Amino acid sequence: MGGAVTQPVLALNGVSRSFGPIEVLHGVDIALHPGRVHALIGENGAGKSTTMKIMAGYQPASSGTIAVDGQTRTLASMGEAEALGISMIHQEFNLAEQLSVEQNIFLGRELKRGWLLDKAAMRAKTRELLDRLQCDVSPDRIVSTLSNSDKQMVEIAKALLRDIRVLIMDEPTAVLTRTETDILLGQVRRLRAEGVAVLFTSHKLDEVAEIADDLTIMRDGAVVWTGPTAQMNEHQMAEAMVGREVSDLYPPKDGTPGEMMLEVSDFGVPGYSEGISFTLRRGEILGVAGLIGSGRTETFEGLAGLRRAEGQVRIKGQPVTIRHPWEALQHGLAYLTEDRKTRGLLLDKGMGENLTLLALWKFTRGLLDKRAEAAALETAIADFDIRGSQAVAVGQLSGGNQQKLLFAKTMLADPEIVVIDEPTRGIDIGTKQQMYQFIRQLAASGRAIVVISSEMQEVIGLADRILVLRRGQLTGTLDGAEATEDAIVRLAMGVGAATPEKETV
Amino acid sequence: MSATATQPRKIQMSVIGPVLALILLIILGALMNPNFLGWNNISNVLSRSAFIGIIAVGMTFVITAGGLDLSVGSSAAFIAGLMILVMNTALPSMGVGVPIVLLGMAVALVAGVAVGLINGLLITKLGIEAFIVTLGSMGIYRSLVTWLADGGTLSLDFSLRSFYQPVYYGGVFGVSWPIIVFAVVVVLGEILMRSTAFGRHCAAIGSNDQVARYSSVRVARVRLATYVMLGVLVGVATIMYVPRLGSASASTGLLWELEAIAAVIVGGTMLKGGFGRVWGTVIGVLILTLIGNILNLTDFVSPYLNGAIQGAIIVLAVVLQRANKPA
Repeated sequence: MGGAVTQPVLALNGVSRSFGPIEVLHGVDIALHPGRVHALIGENGAGKSTTMKIMAGYQPASSGTIAVDGQTRTLASMGEAEALGISMIHQEFNLAEQLSVEQNIFLGRELKRGWLLDKAAMRAKTRELLDRLQCDVSPDRIVSTLSNSDKQMVEIAKALLRDIRVLIMDEPTAVLTRTETDILLGQVRRLRAEGVAVLFTSHKLDEVAEIADDLTIMRDGAVVWTGPTAQMNEHQMAEAMVGREVSDLYPPKDGTPGEMMLEVSDFGVPGYSEGISFTLRRGEILGVAGLIGSGRTETFEGLAGLRRAEGQVRIKGQPVTIRHPWEALQHGLAYLTEDRKTRGLLLDKGMGENLTLLALWKFTRGLLDKRAEAAALETAIADFDIRGSQAVAVGQLSGGNQQKLLFAKTMLADPEIVVIDEPTRGIDIGTKQQMYQFIRQLAASGRAIVVISSEMQEVIGLADRILVLRRGQLTGTLDGAEATEDAIVRLAMGVGAATPEKETV
Repeated sequence: MSATATQPRKIQMSVIGPVLALILLIILGALMNPNFLGWNNISNVLSRSAFIGIIAVGMTFVITAGGLDLSVGSSAAFIAGLMILVMNTALPSMGVGVPIVLLGMAVALVAGVAVGLINGLLITKLGIEAFIVTLGSMGIYRSLVTWLADGGTLSLDFSLRSFYQPVYYGGVFGVSWPIIVFAVVVVLGEILMRSTAFGRHCAAIGSNDQVARYSSVRVARVRLATYVMLGVLVGVATIMYVPRLGSASASTGLLWELEAIAAVIVGGTMLKGGFGRVWGTVIGVLILTLIGNILNLTDFVSPYLNGAIQGAIIVLAVVLQRANKPA
């Protein structure tokens, strides 16, 4: 894959982009070469998405030039970009969920014989594309029944149908498990071998180091570093992204456990988990690890009254029965969902309405006290460093700011026991560090915290004690100080030590 | 991609559109007929708006919370029939007087609560779609009133009717009772929607009921409350309506559900829920009533085309809502 002398198939030269009076991209240079994988990394809000959208013709550049095969072009629309062999796959899939794989691949470009659909030809072509991707999904499967990685494959097959030369992917692995990620990266290598130029973004730096030939790092709308990936290690990448030292990602574990807050025994959610017992004290952070399907989320949703559950729960020594989320809140227990987009926040509402929804009773004296609500929002924005316009719907905020808002919303209800499911999914490293600080501060202020995470580093770095679940059973409790990834994996996979398949999501 | 850019608050077409349309209609009406702005005509328009308007305020809450109620027209007819039957039956023992009217009103309110509870419980407890449940109850109540009237008309006893009539035709300071009740319902509804936890919860549920559930909102209870509230308002509207004609038949309240839903939508509430505006609904009701009124007062366009113009307005309102959606 040497040959850096090849002419870039797609390049941005000094591209800027303004929304109204505000310039969000400042003179970005980036060049994609055929047969090379290019990673674009940066914190949320650094300008990665805008850069990619300009490259794929979704948005025009305000100034600067775009060159395809060395020739300056204006990509007026995505159709024009597609005609030149440039395709973009979005983070949220663009698939018709109720249609089959084949119907999706040919959506909008159905093959016809006369007036009728040429189903045989489409079937053959679909098979050929899926074979090329070594994907054994049946063309008849309805897309909604596919796993995320298979959906990703269908997206790629859709792009392949158009003889792509440049494939742009926005965080393709954000929703994939480790195994699914490996399959995807295999496909990326295959495309690279075929001479396709691939550009992708990711928050997972190990992945970047593993697959990218070239690397561009953005910060605050400008390129801060670009060159061969081999010249950077993960630590240097993180520092370039954040623009400061990130050595202590996790705050020190200096908490002193206080009174007993939560005692759970023989607890379970039918169909997902059973026989789970643990305790939690004030000031403690309890980590929960386990593979996908281990019943982590379901168990704690059961604890929070979101699912029907069985077993004994005591809060501050008193036996409690929690059947609904508001009952949990009355006992001082709040659950922060892993799914902020469909369960955590009202994406089409503003920050204020979202912030106070959980704790609306605090603002109600017969009528809502809107001034107090506005004051609470100001406080939350300051306390949790939430950035973004208050005038827009929260769906338009970056993932990190959404997560901070969700955090602020939950804390407004003054819970004493906080269950946080995936505190840092899909957010950048700088915001992650902030979230870890918030969580440790909460513990230090006397709250009892549960952190559920599929990132083992996070559980180890943050938790005082770690519960490991496997197939709905508690397989072990580890001390936070002595826990290692290996120990967690052994428990999460069942005995018999580390097997090669380390699926950790 | 960063959302730090503060967007200037644009004047939204969906907010200002219905107001402009109403003003335009008033100017048009005034130009076409000098009597249009006379108190008699205004009073007439408002009184006729009151029935649909009172129901539409309740409908605003149901739709905002992501629901729908198709049964309001036929349940109004059923409640009217029930009221007349009970009052006629009680007449020999109670005689004409305030108590029997109060009894009739109580029957209407209790029946309204029952109608709302049945719809709401089927929707929230059994999880059946609101469209299906209320389509079913729409048929049932329409059929029940036809059966009660034995295919004909249920008429309030003449003496009772004369006694009860002032509730529709009377009023204070020249303002008729239906207008006063409508105004009270609107003011309370506006406060409830804008300034209480209940209104906020309705919008949250309509916007995303999962988020509402995860935010400890009592989703089923709030939904149920919207249907019961609508049921009560249908009862209130019926109390105002019965003294007007003093009868109920299979054609009473026909298509009221569609007029109420149309008024809500024209007023800028989103049909899929998540956002509702009570004052918008009032404007919607007035627009729809005024169109009929203007057609009646002028011979420019045939009044028979009333439905066509109303239909066009409804579609136009939704188009405007669409155009205003952020990309």
